[in-house]
Formats: sequence, C-alpha cells, structure tokens
Amino acid sequence: MCTTATTTAISTDGLVRQFNGLTAVDHVDLNIPEGQIYGFLGPNGAGKTTTVRMLCTLLAPTEGQALVAGFDVATQPGDVRLRIGVALQEAALDPKQTGRELLRLQGLLYGLPKSEMPRRVEELGKLIDLEDALDRPIGTYSGGMKRRLDLVAALVHNPQILFLDEPTTGLDPASRARVWEEVRRLNQELGMTIFLTTQYLEEADTLADRVGIINQGKIVAEGTPDDLKRAVGADVIVARVDGDAAPLCPILQKVPGVQTVEAHGRELIIATDNGSSAISPVAVALAQCEVAVRDLTLRTPTLDDVFLDLTGSHIEVDATEDEEDER
Amino acid sequence: MTTTTVDVVAPVSGGGDALRARPAGFVHDVSAIAGRALRAVPRDLEAVMPPIFIALFFFLVNIATLSKLTEGVGGGFDYKAFQMPTAILLGVTGVSRAGALVLDVQDGYFDRLLLTPISRLAILLGHMVADVTVAVVLTLPILALGFILGVRFESGVLGVPVFILMAAAWNLVFAAFGYAIALKTGNPAAVQSSFLLFFPFLFLTTSYVPRNQLDGWLDTVAGFNPVTYLLEGLRSLVLGGWEWSELGKALIAIVVVGTISMSLCFGALRARLRSG
Repeated sequence: MCTTATTTAISTDGLVRQFNGLTAVDHVDLNIPEGQIYGFLGPNGAGKTTTVRMLCTLLAPTEGQALVAGFDVATQPGDVRLRIGVALQEAALDPKQTGRELLRLQGLLYGLPKSEMPRRVEELGKLIDLEDALDRPIGTYSGGMKRRLDLVAALVHNPQILFLDEPTTGLDPASRARVWEEVRRLNQELGMTIFLTTQYLEEADTLADRVGIINQGKIVAEGTPDDLKRAVGADVIVARVDGDAAPLCPILQKVPGVQTVEAHGRELIIATDNGSSAISPVAVALAQCEVAVRDLTLRTPTLDDVFLDLTGSHIEVDATEDEEDER
Repeated sequence: MTTTTVDVVAPVSGGGDALRARPAGFVHDVSAIAGRALRAVPRDLEAVMPPIFIALFFFLVNIATLSKLTEGVGGGFDYKAFQMPTAILLGVTGVSRAGALVLDVQDGYFDRLLLTPISRLAILLGHMVADVTVAVVLTLPILALGFILGVRFESGVLGVPVFILMAAAWNLVFAAFGYAIALKTGNPAAVQSSFLLFFPFLFLTTSYVPRNQLDGWLDTVAGFNPVTYLLEGLRSLVLGGWEWSELGKALIAIVVVGTISMSLCFGALRARLRSG
C-alpha cells in the first residue's frame, strides 16, 4: 500500500465571528491542501472578508479554530504572520512613501537581510512593471498600479500562503487579466497556496482549483468549479417571461429532458442534460401556456447558477465597484 | 496497490533561505518604524512648522511685551530665561505622528503593519521614538534664540541636555494622548481636536509669571497642573542650577501624566486590535 501525505495549508473547524451579537461567519469549516488556489465566492456581506481577517490574524475568532500553515491563528499568530502574505480588499498603502520605500520597509519588517533588499525590490518592481515608478510617491499611482504594488508587497518575503481579498475589484479588464496571470504563476511556479475571495464568478471559475461558496456567513457549497456546475445540470435554459414565472414550473417540469425548474421572479432556470434537444419542447410548452417570452437562452451552467440554485438569489456585484481607468 | 491520501496539518515549507521571513527583533522593529516616521517628516512639514513658528513668535513677543514690566518688579529677574522653558513647551507639546497614524488606519496601511510579524508595541513605540527625535530637533532653534538673546544655563553645559531630555520626555507623554485618540477613533478630526488639551495644560499655569504672582482660582488650578512643576523644573536648570527637589517634582509630573496617557494609549491599541 502506498500512502501519499497531502499537507493542509489552511484548515478551520467551526469558525465563528460575531459582531455585537450579529453572526458574520457561522461555523465555517475549511480544509485547503497546500499548493491549491481556493476561491471563496460570495456576494457582498457574505462573510468573505471577515473570514480572511480571522485567517490572517487581524481578527480573533469568536468560536472555533483555524490553523494556517499548521499554526493556530489565535494562539500562534506570530508564526502564522511569518508564513502568509496578504493583499486586503482595499490596497493597504502609504501614499506618502515611494514604492521602493514601502517594499524595502516591508522586507525589513519581515526580517529579510538589508543586503538582499535592493535586489528583491528591483525584482518585484519588474514583476509588476513598476520599475520606473518605484521612486515616485505611491499617492501618484493609478488604481491599477496601487493594486499591483499591494500584491507584490504581500510577496516580499516569499510567503507560503497568499491571501487575496477581492484582488481585482475595481480593476479594468487588462489589469484584472494581469493579476490572474500572476496568481497562476505564483501557484504553478512557486507552489504557493492561494486563498482568493471574490464576488466575480468568472474569476473563481477561471482561477480556482476548488471553490467554496459562502452566503450569510455559511458555506453553502464546496467543490471544483466543474463539479459544482455539473450538479446544476449539463445545460441551462433561461427563460424570461412577462409576469410571475412560478406557475409555469409544474408544466415545464413535465417536458422531456428537463431535470429541474426554478422560478425567480420573472425568470425560469431550467436545468437539463441536453439543452439543444430540450430547448424546442420548452419553447413549445411556454407557447402553449400563452405566456409572453421575452427571451430564451441556452448556455452551460455558471457558478451563478450554482449560487442561485443554493440560495435562491444571484450574486450581485456592487455597482459602485465599476472598473477604474488606468491613468 | 491501494493509494491512500492522508491529511496532515503541518507547517508548510518553501521559499529560499535569504528571503525567508523571520522575527527581526524588537529594537530592529522599533527602529524600522521610527525610520519610516522620520522619513515622512520632511514631506509633512506643515505638521512641525507651525509649533516651532508659534514657539519662536511667542518667545520674542512675550519678551518684548513683558520684560520691562517683570524685570522692573524684582531685582535681577531674567524674564528671557524665565520664558525659554515656556517657549520650549509651546514648541514640543503636541508634536506627534498621531495624525499620520490615523491616516495609516484610514488607508489600511496600519493593517499592513499588523500583518507583519513585528510586535504591536513596536508599531506604537516606533512612532513615539520619531516624535522624541523631532522634539529634540525642535528645541534646538528655540535654545539657539535664547542663547542669542543672552540666556545662560545656571546648571552649566550639562544642564542643556537634561533640559532637552525633559522637554522630549514631556513631548512623549503628551503625544500619547494623541495616539490614544487616533487609535480609539480612527478619525483625523478627533486627533486635531486633541490640540485643545494643550490650552489648559500650557496656559493654566506659570507660563507667563512665577507662581507667587498667580492668585485666586488660577493659582489653585496651577497647583494641580503638572506643567507647573515641569516648568519649574526646567526653569531651575536655567535660573537656579541643580535644584534636585524642583527636578524631582518635574520628573514626577512627567511620570504621572505619562502613566495616564500611556495607559489610555495602550488601552486604545488593545481595543483596536480586539475589534480587528
């Protein structure tokens, strides 16, 4: 018999955090192996950031236990901090320092030798294409540059585990793609475990090896993106109708090939094993019901369908977090 | 052959030795934070220029206004020497990086510091070390002006560094109120308003005339004001020589205020860390 040991990078057991009696994180259990990109997906206010702040030792759990790199966040926070890098939701930078000063100080605070710092700072500056801007005050950087600097500030000491709290929120598509590329590179080349919170479905789907979906403080589903989507069905037909869609569910349920039907306001989500063969009978059934159909689309399931299936609502991305232009 | 996967919770290895994070030591951490705070001073001159301007301005104006009056009353009374400690306290009281710390809290940079392996105490002490350094530097132009105006230390050359250290110690304990407010509120306006503490401390006391010239309620309030004893200690070095009882009382005043301000400050730090 051959035994393979997989080291757990992050594990939590019944992790709870309450604020003034309100439960923000409710008995969260995680088990994330070393070397994995774990996507923590959920809408605003779901408890993602609170979970990250507990795992990063910024916030003490109200109940439960969390081990990061094998150390307890509550009783061995110093050991945890030595092994993690964190880029929080808002870029945590000092606008009056230059990029070089910030990275250098960051290295000193992690106990890196002074002699190593110039080389390391250059290396990191190159990594994020900021070599030319490193001697400028951070206050003069664009949003995308700040985000990238924030990311490399978390990497100065070459951490074993990297926490990224909504790393691409507010970034334009090009900057977002660069962050994704870097996340992949860190994971593939350095074997870094990455815990990534996001409200972007595509981000979780594209980057994560495994996804945990959190809603109202509780993990509602966990698995690989493919497994989670497969649970919804091979294909999804979405129908938008005039009026309440709920009365149509029992009728559509009887259509051959349809697995499940869910109504959400004026929208019907129809899961099927074979969308191309089921879409015509579904259209006919809707026509027979004399319902005005606004649109009928066939697509493969997304993580939003998974979320909708589990919680009855879509993941809504904050409208204020629109993309920010690079200056 | 059967393959079994076993989950093990163990410290993860990785990273080259040179770039491996390690605790750098408390003194190193304090000095790194202090270095950053000091580098910010030239970029933030508006925080240190007004106090030094106010101190020099009032030093000159008070001497010009009150010298004749006060020196005419008592024989041999040197009002310039009497005023110099007041000017020094005007210059160093309230000079702190608390405003910068509150901006760190707002910008999230304070969280970045908390995420590093350094001691939380080092973050605060580093800022305070920078404050003391700035305070020492700020005393120099006031002392220089005093010397130009003819003020001499009765305690001799050694009295000068003791005088500077006492002023710096006062700066440190008073600055702790600003840090307490910064950490408690995270609000720059609240930190600015801590300047109001400055007025009762520095004006309900013997800033302008000796204690025996105070009367009524002001004399009573001055008796409870620790700055009265601090000023008398500082003045003793300039006007009287090594008067140990005056110096002792000044030291006690600093310790009493420091005990209160530091307790508030470290309490606010603990509360902020708890609230996350």
